[in-house]
Amino acid sequence: MSAPAIPAPTAAGHVGRPAARRGERIGGLIEGAFRAHAILVYAFLYLPIVVIIVFAFNGNRLATIWTEFSTEWFGVALDNRVVQRALQNSLIVAFFNAALATLFGTMAALALQRVGKRTRLLFDALTYISIIVPEIVIALATLVFFASAFDILNPILLDVQGGGAGAFTFGFGHATIIAAHILFNTSLVLLLVRARLSGMDRTMVEASYDLFATPWRTFRQITFPQLLPAIVAGFLLAFTFSFDDYVITSFVSGPGSSTLPLFVFGQVKRGVSPETNAVAAMIFGFTIAMLLVGQLALIWQARRRGARDSMAKLISEG
Amino acid sequence: MTATAATAATRRGERGWKSAFFTWVLLFPAALWYFLLLVAPLFIVVVFSFGEKARNGGYAPAFTFDNYGQVLERAEPFFASLRLASSGTLLTLLVALPLAYFLATRAGRHKGVLVLLLVVPFWTSFLIRAYSWLIILGPRGAAGVVGDAIGDPAFRILGTEVGVLVGMTYGYLPLMIFPLYVTLERMDRTLVEASKDLGAGRWATFRQITLPIILPGVITGSILVFIPMMGEYVIPAILGYGRTFLIGNALVLDFLEARHWPAGSAKAVGLIALMLVTITFYLWFLNRGRKVRDVSVL
Repeated sequence: MSAPAIPAPTAAGHVGRPAARRGERIGGLIEGAFRAHAILVYAFLYLPIVVIIVFAFNGNRLATIWTEFSTEWFGVALDNRVVQRALQNSLIVAFFNAALATLFGTMAALALQRVGKRTRLLFDALTYISIIVPEIVIALATLVFFASAFDILNPILLDVQGGGAGAFTFGFGHATIIAAHILFNTSLVLLLVRARLSGMDRTMVEASYDLFATPWRTFRQITFPQLLPAIVAGFLLAFTFSFDDYVITSFVSGPGSSTLPLFVFGQVKRGVSPETNAVAAMIFGFTIAMLLVGQLALIWQARRRGARDSMAKLISEG
Repeated sequence: MTATAATAATRRGERGWKSAFFTWVLLFPAALWYFLLLVAPLFIVVVFSFGEKARNGGYAPAFTFDNYGQVLERAEPFFASLRLASSGTLLTLLVALPLAYFLATRAGRHKGVLVLLLVVPFWTSFLIRAYSWLIILGPRGAAGVVGDAIGDPAFRILGTEVGVLVGMTYGYLPLMIFPLYVTLERMDRTLVEASKDLGAGRWATFRQITLPIILPGVITGSILVFIPMMGEYVIPAILGYGRTFLIGNALVLDFLEARHWPAGSAKAVGLIALMLVTITFYLWFLNRGRKVRDVSVL
């Protein structure tokens, strides 16, 4: 332990005062430095978002030089058939991924409350592996898996169907993208819902059983409403992650199933265009709108429950 | 009496069976997905890494270590990834630590809003935020300004490792801030006050009290940042113009362009091995840290 270098600021008197004042000044400087650093970091985080949105309204053909305010590039982007198609693909993929991942993740979270320790540990390990393994490894492994599975299954399918031109075979497309996205997002929803479950009040469930409610009714009226915020958050997260994903999608997409991030990446490789900036700005706007809707939904739900609670209070007291 | 007890027991037993069955039904889809799209694919990648390239691309069965030999011979992407991921991790730590400290101790009543503001960029498209740096760092942006300042009009940031480093630091910064913030937030502030009351200076307090407590947060953040940086593909492809050739770029080349799956599989196994080493080190370090802290508390 080192000897005290600075006298304690609480020590009053002539000796302590100048040192204490110096300490205060240094403290103030440090305070200011922290504040300045924080401002810089926030500027750093938001600069790219602001730049894209500003340049989306740029009238110049050259995307990186600002000339005048214009919304023409939004029109150009929205008229582009490729963009329309990519947007449609993105929405389909993101929606089915989010719906299924939310369902699977919530189901698994509920089931994991009732399984043995070993099963739970195994499941936990798989959940974390699916999140922590670099995305690119998951992407290439999924590609290899699908390609191998299709190599085995497709000849059988052709055989069964007699090998006509219209015979059904597996291929890369929406389904493979959705299936690949579900893996990561199921883990995400699972973690969110489990966190909520562990913080949940068990007495309500017990009270419900004591009042002879069936398991289904208990779930519907007690467990589910309490889990809803986590489920909504999980759905929105899964939707945006899928909507924004590039790496996995690029590995398992097929002809005609290209999503918006794939379109943007392809454009960017050829150099930035104002049209791409407009598409990017719309994606930002969409994501932020999703965030707001999610927040509002949660607030609305909380308020509704609050109203019901106060109604119950009114009835019981009045 | 006995009859009702028996029926109750039967009913409970029946419900028990149904409930166990129901549990497995609930677990089934997620378990199926983990098996089919995680365990099986990773297993296939390991098998493929010992194979050879089929004539028209893909995989042909074989048992050879050639692919691993190639990984060791042409290890440059691995070194480039290690170099960039470690400097990126260090850089994010240097930027995140003061901010997390500020948020946890000095942000006051704006804390909630400030933390939410950290989450928002993280939710928006990583790809688009990365490509925005093309405009910011480009010859008409930061590179032009720096070039003018040092009198070198040919000065460039894009297409160099510096550009990639900026992009990676930017992309993964929130992943470093959150764990640091959480540990600092949970930290018992009275320890710091006690240290100051006992006459320790700012630096001594930081080194002897704050640092040992936040170390687990630092390690967690570093792992969360280091692992995706090791496998990063989008940022070197966009901001490095593909000239900064990392493992991610090598994997894309092997799988999507050269279609040499066994070679790519061997690289992927190498990357996974690196991850496992990192995580093992992480767990070892955390446990070690705990022991040290116990001793110091005594």
